[in-house]
Amino acid sequence: MDKQDKAIINLLQDDFPICDAPYKKVAERLGIGVDELLQRLESLLQTGVLSRFGPMFHAEKMGGGLTLAAMQVPEQRFDEVAEMVNAFPEVAHNYARQHHFNMWFVLATESPEQIQRILEEISEKTGLKVYDMPKKKEYFVGLRLPV
Amino acid sequence: MDEQDYQLLELLQQGLPVCPEPYAQLAETLALSEQALLERIQHLKQIGVIKRFGVIVNHRLLGYRANAMIVWNVPDAKVETIGQALSQIQYVSLCYQRPRKPGIWPYNLYCMVYGKDRSTVLQQIDELIGRCQLEDFSYQILFSTRCFKQRGALYPVLQTEKTDG
Repeated sequence: MDKQDKAIINLLQDDFPICDAPYKKVAERLGIGVDELLQRLESLLQTGVLSRFGPMFHAEKMGGGLTLAAMQVPEQRFDEVAEMVNAFPEVAHNYARQHHFNMWFVLATESPEQIQRILEEISEKTGLKVYDMPKKKEYFVGLRLPV
Repeated sequence: MDEQDYQLLELLQQGLPVCPEPYAQLAETLALSEQALLERIQHLKQIGVIKRFGVIVNHRLLGYRANAMIVWNVPDAKVETIGQALSQIQYVSLCYQRPRKPGIWPYNLYCMVYGKDRSTVLQQIDELIGRCQLEDFSYQILFSTRCFKQRGALYPVLQTEKTDG
């Protein structure tokens, strides 16, 4: 990854134009040719530095359900429980964290009603209590990870 | 939102094509004019179904090796002001208000901070406590130790039937 790649990543974390030749517009702002931009993007996607290029959706506005859930998992059962939780397709991501609440995962479901049901299923399957921490309000921040 | 919006969202989930006229390509797949497609995307952004349009980075590969979720217990009367203030800080990448769990979990405001390493993250937390006047409130820092699953922002779009044709 060189300076130009970094400039591309920083610029595209902001917002992408919605017009007939969007990459051309971005390339102009970067002072490079559109072919170079497309090639670099391809390779950043291939190496996985960029995990995706496209829109971020608002799950609830699409009619879906979304929540953050936390569990206190006994250390010796951690891997086994992680496997059980991750096997649910509704689990979008899952992090181990240093705390007595040591597992935090995000659930995304087709409808809001399913959230409760899936949380109960996870609780039944693992034999552990699952704490639902739904968002009450989101404060908008741009996704800014300068490189 | 109508059937075509759902089809469009499903297509967009796979990512925007990397080619000179990506929207024209999507429009062709959906048998729409490019103009109609651009208008639909604009509309979905306006109503907030599309939050943001751009790249999603793999923060680990970019050298952001530490991430902490910081949870704060702030008075309900102040949560709004503090939430707004936190979200303005450059290295805060997510900020949410969530319910407390009486007796178990007193924290009502969450934010996420990514950094090159843990000491950077801790420095940033110190700094944001000063900048957002959080000195009087209790908090905890939950560093992540492992990330098991990262499906990214892919959500099921199942309101529309999949067909093979």
